[in-house]
Amino acid sequence: MTAEATPALVEGPAADPGDTGSAAGRGPRARTTTAYLRYVAGKLTGAAVSLLAVLVTSFFLFRLIPGDPVKFMTGGRPVSAQQIAAYRREFGLDLPLWQQFTDYCGKALTGDLGTSYQFRAPVLDKITEALPNTLLLTGTAFVLYTALGIYLGTRSAWRHGKLGDRLNTGLALTLYSIPSFWLGLLLIIVLSVGVGPVPGLFPTGGMESGGKEGFAYVLDVAHHLVLPVVTLVAVEYGQTLLVTRSALLDEMGSDYLTTARAKGLRDDLVRRRHAVPNALLPTVTLVFVNLGRTVAGVILVETVFSWPGLGGLFYQALSVPDLPLVQGLFFVFAAAVIVMNTLADLLYPLLDPRVGR
Amino acid sequence: MTAETATTAAPRALARQRRRAAAARFWREYRTHRAGLFGLAALVLFALVALTAPLTVGSDVQSVTDAPGKPLESPSLQFPLGTDQFGRNLLGLVVWGSRVSLLVGLLAAVLSVAIGALIGVTAGHFRGWYATVIMRITDWFLVMPTLVLAIALATVMSRSLGTIILAIGVTTWPTTARLVRAQTLAVESRPYIERAKALGGGHWHIMSRHVVPNVMPLVLAQTTLIISTAILAEATLAFLGLGDPSIVSWGGLLQDAREAGAVSSGDWWYLVPPGIAIAIVALAFTLCGRAVESVLNPRLGVSR
Repeated sequence: MTAEATPALVEGPAADPGDTGSAAGRGPRARTTTAYLRYVAGKLTGAAVSLLAVLVTSFFLFRLIPGDPVKFMTGGRPVSAQQIAAYRREFGLDLPLWQQFTDYCGKALTGDLGTSYQFRAPVLDKITEALPNTLLLTGTAFVLYTALGIYLGTRSAWRHGKLGDRLNTGLALTLYSIPSFWLGLLLIIVLSVGVGPVPGLFPTGGMESGGKEGFAYVLDVAHHLVLPVVTLVAVEYGQTLLVTRSALLDEMGSDYLTTARAKGLRDDLVRRRHAVPNALLPTVTLVFVNLGRTVAGVILVETVFSWPGLGGLFYQALSVPDLPLVQGLFFVFAAAVIVMNTLADLLYPLLDPRVGR
Repeated sequence: MTAETATTAAPRALARQRRRAAAARFWREYRTHRAGLFGLAALVLFALVALTAPLTVGSDVQSVTDAPGKPLESPSLQFPLGTDQFGRNLLGLVVWGSRVSLLVGLLAAVLSVAIGALIGVTAGHFRGWYATVIMRITDWFLVMPTLVLAIALATVMSRSLGTIILAIGVTTWPTTARLVRAQTLAVESRPYIERAKALGGGHWHIMSRHVVPNVMPLVLAQTTLIISTAILAEATLAFLGLGDPSIVSWGGLLQDAREAGAVSSGDWWYLVPPGIAIAIVALAFTLCGRAVESVLNPRLGVSR
């Protein structure tokens, strides 16, 4: 997995020269570019150390488990001593712990995350199979809830204390306090199964009905995507809304806004061109920091809607428990958040020249 | 003799008087936050329900063997919220479940905030390599997906309430640690700390007498906010089947409902009450926490 994560990390600086160029084009001299590269190097080292720490943690954490993994594999069936020995040899459980660890690290560096007990397939294959589905769900939800949160947060802060603001914040806080899996189950009952006269409008789960091709297939997947995305957006947008709102409130009293108004700019322009861009700076970091929460939401929503993604896979692996798969997914989730956070760190000084220079 | 006790008692009485005045001032400010009052009222109500549960519903409500009704009955006069798949009274189960959810939420939050406060204060007080290492670890925990880590911990340990509390507590502390450290740094730059040092105050004296009382309000607000996170996390872990199956909790009830097929048969009355209970309690703690936060630190702008 590290083999996969590293290119993503390398992409950071590789994609950056263009941005740095444009930033440099705006005025600052070469010295700032050097400073930025030093900043990038620091952040990348930090991310690499974090990833390594996750790798080590995931190995030792799942060795704490009481009981013999072979028992989980055989599911309590009576097995002969030879079979147990064969299982132990197959999964390398007969080796001493340190040797298991060095093997695990060596293999992980080449992208081999072991073999799932449950599916008898390489963990990496299961993960790459499920990854696009999760990216589709998470990506759609992420774009929607960020946009919705920023839009509503801006409106809320601009008219703070008014009825609209109070309703907006109240609704956001309420949805934020609702367990995502419960909201998902309710949506399934009301909109998929149907209550009373309401017919089932959406499929109860899965990603496709099967047997569709071309455009019909795309429509079918979109139809299946509606409820999971609605659930995720509903529970996640509140955080973005509150962050945007308080960031914008912090800007509201600023002198430059008074200046902008004194110039005779329309209220709308003052908001869009002056206040919001500044308020977005802290929002960007927090949106990425909160990705950890979104990962949790994705696991639950995929479980509830039987979405064939990483979260659903994690739930299946947990119920066995299928240790290599749990371990691999744990690493993928943590790595995803670390990589996204690093990207946010790298982007931030480009957005805000006061940072890291 | 009497003069001596008067001189030693006077400063203490003065301190007590000041503390009472501060509490009164706090309450006067808090009263102006309507959402905070609503949250407080909801919490008092739920706390009463949870504390009086042994009197109102009794612990035999969770007994599977002598359940009073038939399985999966819809709400009726006898069972206002219907019955579960064993024929147990759902209203009773929801009331009984409040005890576990509140207990886990409180204890996990206290554990989390205690770890966070300890790390934050020491990292702010002792500078140098200790603070660097500790804050790197904190940052690492901060970016980890909390729930995934809690799930991993709950998976590898035995199924019990203690496990759930520990799993939530040791994964949610980093935000508190960061906040407390920032506050500690602010406090330590004040002149009275320099004075205390000049008078020979040691590390322990400065941390316990000057830093901790000053970060306490922040810690209080943070605890209230973390409790709501912890209650949601408990429900989530129980829903994923990582809780103790023999204990009734709101998350556990939702898992039971899902396993009993309440979703596909459209038995909404089975799912709605536990979820609403979770949402109300989590919301109430959030509202209280935000009100406390804005009273103590009006510049945060949370509920302006």
